[in-house]
Amino acid sequence: MATSTVVVALFIFALVVLVFAPIMTWVERKQSALMQDRIGANRASIGGIKALGLIHPLADVIKMITKEDTMPTGAHPFIHLISPFIAVTPAMISFAVIPYGGTYDLWGAHFTLCVADLDYGVLYLFAIGSIATYGSMLAGWAGNNNYGMLGSIRVSAQMISYEVALGVTVIGLFMIFGTLRLTEMGVLQEQTFRVFGFLEYLGWVAPGTRWLDWFTLPMWGIVLQPLPFFMFLTALMAENKRAPFDTPEGESEIVAGYFIEYSGMKFGLYMMGEWIEVVVISALLAAMFLGGWTLPWLPEKTLIAALIPAFGANIANLMAMLLAVGVFLGKVVGLIFFQMLVRWSMPRFRYDQVMNLGWKILLPLSLANIVLTAVGILLVKEVTGT
Amino acid sequence: MRTGLFWIFSVAALAGSVGVVANVRNPINSALNLVVTMLALAGLYVLLEAQFVGLIQVMVYAGAIVVLFLFVIMLLNLRGSGTTGAEVQPLVKIAGTAVVAISSFFLIRVLSTGRAPWPDVDASYGTTREIGEALYTDYALAVQVAGVLLLAGILAAVVLAKKKLD
Repeated sequence: MATSTVVVALFIFALVVLVFAPIMTWVERKQSALMQDRIGANRASIGGIKALGLIHPLADVIKMITKEDTMPTGAHPFIHLISPFIAVTPAMISFAVIPYGGTYDLWGAHFTLCVADLDYGVLYLFAIGSIATYGSMLAGWAGNNNYGMLGSIRVSAQMISYEVALGVTVIGLFMIFGTLRLTEMGVLQEQTFRVFGFLEYLGWVAPGTRWLDWFTLPMWGIVLQPLPFFMFLTALMAENKRAPFDTPEGESEIVAGYFIEYSGMKFGLYMMGEWIEVVVISALLAAMFLGGWTLPWLPEKTLIAALIPAFGANIANLMAMLLAVGVFLGKVVGLIFFQMLVRWSMPRFRYDQVMNLGWKILLPLSLANIVLTAVGILLVKEVTGT
Repeated sequence: MRTGLFWIFSVAALAGSVGVVANVRNPINSALNLVVTMLALAGLYVLLEAQFVGLIQVMVYAGAIVVLFLFVIMLLNLRGSGTTGAEVQPLVKIAGTAVVAISSFFLIRVLSTGRAPWPDVDASYGTTREIGEALYTDYALAVQVAGVLLLAGILAAVVLAKKKLD
């Protein structure tokens, strides 16, 4: 393994696990407080320093680690022990295939800002996601608790149902980009297309008309496939089991659902898994639908070429790299905020409503989308003559 | 590293499959052993440069089919049959013996060929693009037939479930 890969991998781990997950508990509290006109977390302090409530994540972690770790009578000891780890590992390792920048040459070293640039990138995420079901499902069963049991039956049914919709919604996008590799998708989304270019084909305007070049849109996934973006987001949020899809842990009916018998840091791992998953969802959506690390109308090659005369090749590459990471993080943070907005705006769906949404709305719509996309691709091929 | 991984995956696959059979009294343990076997098989496929097949193995078998097994076991709260072997039908016994005999025959034949070298293939081998092209050009008819078969299965499931609902 090259040194650059190790650096990149460590960066990801530090960023996601050590920074994002704890801070997100704070963001979530503060945002919900803002939305409900409260002040939010502001009590924890170290020597009087409250830092806007940023000490709270620290206090949470201390509490969880020092709390008694209980195991109920009649529980399956091994499965009860191992389930939280099965639940949290997929969320952590799914970051491996998500690119947060392009490829850069710095002082002779070759940096690809993606831990594992796999040919089947998105499929890897789906496969990992399907394994995550076990963590939640076994937790409810292993605790020897009826509420936990109900939760684990709900969670397995919900996750299997939405996996189907999840895969089918993005087939249209794969058809357009012709790849499952997320880094390639990022590069392809740098391109722009002329919105009114088809007028030329229809003969309504003369070929080579100047104003046609003025109206361009980046080939972002959300531009090419607007409806699947929202369907994919819905399916991912349902996979993550957070509100409004949190029937498996609906506290008004089944107390805490599948993780009812967990205390301390094992409970914390479930929470952490969900929060990391929020980041993964945002990163995946940013990479597939929002152009990844690229800026609209500004290809990275052009940017680097423009910077080279002023700063030299190395510094220009470094600046482009930092910009790419910043842009990607900006998109991710925006999507995290959006998910939290949804989480605090919508009431919980009833269980049958969750199922109906998955099977009767998302799946037929995404199947229709495949057909429409195929027709669209053929039309575009006809118009552009390729 | 490859050989080391091969041994890890093969031992896991074998231990998992033994665990499936040995845990007759505890269906959940049995199903979990099946998951281990499926994941180990996926690892072996990836080692053989068939990454796509490996991932599909994880997605379909480990991620969906065995989850459904577990789902059914949990829903029905099965406690295990506790069969001792006495009430097994003689026909089943004969069939089981035959299957074991045939598979041992092939196993011995494979093992006696000696160690095969790791496959030396070009980078495009086993990629999604290559598999897609093969499936939708050379084997298009087989894909269609399999699709019709699956459709028949779906329709049968709907019909059966509908009868119960009405």
